[in-house]
Amino acid sequence: MLTFTIRRLLLAIPTLLFISLVIFLLVDFAPGSPMSQIPLTVPPEVRLRIIEAMGANEPILVRYLLWLKQFFYVEPLVLIDSLFGTSHAEGMQRIVSWQSRSPVMDIILERMPQTLTVVGSAYVIGVIIALPIGIYSAYRQYSWFDQVGTFISMIGFSVPTFFTGVVLILVFSVNLGWFPSIYDTSLRVTSWETFLLQAKQMAMPVAVLALYNASQISRYMRSSMLDNLGQDYVRTARAKGMAERIVVLKHVLRNSLIPVVTVIALGIPTIFGGAIITEQVFKVNGLGALLINAIQGSDLPMVQTLTFIFAVLIVLFNLIADVLYGMLDPRIRYD
Amino acid sequence: MTDTSVVEKPRSQWADVWAQFKTHKGAVAALTVFVLLILFVTVGPLIWTKDPTYINPNAAEMIRTRNKPPSWQFPLGTDQLGRDMLARMMKGGQVSIAVGLVAMVISILLGTLIGVLAGYFKRLDGPLMRLTDLFLALPLLPLLLVMVMLFRDPLARALGPEGGTFLLIVFAIGVTSWMQAARIVRGDVLALKEREFVLAARSIGTPSRRMILRHILPNVVSPIMVSATLGIASAIITESALSFLGLGFPPDFPTWGRLLFDGVDYIQQYPERVIWPGIAISLTVLSVNYIGDGLRDALDPRIRGR
Repeated sequence: MLTFTIRRLLLAIPTLLFISLVIFLLVDFAPGSPMSQIPLTVPPEVRLRIIEAMGANEPILVRYLLWLKQFFYVEPLVLIDSLFGTSHAEGMQRIVSWQSRSPVMDIILERMPQTLTVVGSAYVIGVIIALPIGIYSAYRQYSWFDQVGTFISMIGFSVPTFFTGVVLILVFSVNLGWFPSIYDTSLRVTSWETFLLQAKQMAMPVAVLALYNASQISRYMRSSMLDNLGQDYVRTARAKGMAERIVVLKHVLRNSLIPVVTVIALGIPTIFGGAIITEQVFKVNGLGALLINAIQGSDLPMVQTLTFIFAVLIVLFNLIADVLYGMLDPRIRYD
Repeated sequence: MTDTSVVEKPRSQWADVWAQFKTHKGAVAALTVFVLLILFVTVGPLIWTKDPTYINPNAAEMIRTRNKPPSWQFPLGTDQLGRDMLARMMKGGQVSIAVGLVAMVISILLGTLIGVLAGYFKRLDGPLMRLTDLFLALPLLPLLLVMVMLFRDPLARALGPEGGTFLLIVFAIGVTSWMQAARIVRGDVLALKEREFVLAARSIGTPSRRMILRHILPNVVSPIMVSATLGIASAIITESALSFLGLGFPPDFPTWGRLLFDGVDYIQQYPERVIWPGIAISLTVLSVNYIGDGLRDALDPRIRGR
């Protein structure tokens, strides 16, 4: 198992390098990059200076290697410095946003909590809802509960999140006035009242994302349970007179959870991408809004870094899912 | 000695598939809804001939006809520039569904090509599957946004705002969504290669090209059809998400996602402007997903005939 984990970790390195190169080249070679957007009326020497100040006059390879060094060497050093009060990274150039002229990582760290609270709680709630629904609809296959569940989950992943979000805003904040339609990021939870406010403003974005995630995970749970309920060991367990509760919740559930756990792990990075839309609907000032802003302002370092962070998350959780699968199911261990 | 017993009329495979498909009530209902939606966006404009982009050149007239509630003259009302919403819904639907279909065709062609090559030729298997893994590890929505942002203006200048954006979006969605199809097709081709009929075909010296076209491809049609159906749904959602984020089609060029995006600004006063396009997108995607579900059951010979 350990050798497998190490091998997968080593394989992740070229994958990440390749992805970073793809992102870098795509952003850099595009005809619409900001270097071509400087107005033609700007005199050539000023133009050169602008490009120089952006650090965009170096050859592409140099800039790519510099970016790699900044991402994998300078930024971790800065993190260590801020954690332990050392000064390894002093005087080193960090990745700097073209829009705000401050280090990209600082802005990202500033925005991270908003995204994590909304997206994270939505995912947890989604999983908590999905598992019992999946278990019960598999146990009572084709019952009315199963039919209704199937229909709702079909709606859940067919209706795009931006539409569910807008409908929720329409019903609960325009018509009923229960929840605010705009997420206030400056709110600090200090007392019971502010906690209530926070819960209120989180209710709708969390509900939208939770419905979307729950509808997918409950489908996986259901089909995995169905696969296992037909197995011979279930018949054996029933035949030796075990209580039905123990058969289903202990024998079947444990085995059915194996693929579902990996699906849950694989879903974590994709929800960050999906959250871009939800954040835009509810004006949550998180990573998704940051990315959209950077894209609209042609802030290349920010776009490259954010996109690459999303890619790192995907590769990381793929790895975690693989290792988890091997740990939970000894039959498919790779060594 | 002749056999006189009545031989049942031979049935084609597709008649069987259709018979099985008909037993899935949800899928049949979904097919009806989908056909109605297609008729709405294709035949509709022939009956309802108002121009979706017509703005009354007379400013006073324009102000009087804008933001109208539903009436006989404008069944879905008008927008903030006095344009007829029903005509815009039809036009928007044409674009949205066209994007879904074309993007699906691109992704299925790519996916099938890569899947067949990887499954059939052992030398290509490793590299092509690593490529698929790499694509699966890309953060797709951010990349799509970046691609649209960077290439929209140059392409629009070269090919006109409509054609350029259409090509860009269709191509971008196509090249970022072929991976699932490629994996499924590769798996099926690998299994098919071990079958006797392939061995028989090879032993009489069939060249690879004919082997793939004659023997392999017809046998992987079912999974391709299912992933094609589901591909339409995800392409429509992606396009409307891009439009919703303001990075899709230009404002005077309606798609359902764009109409929804434009309607959000007026959600307090005119909520129906968000509701109609939203319902149209949701209905299309829901019906396509149900059709895919029904097709999967109908094309599975283990379920068929039971």
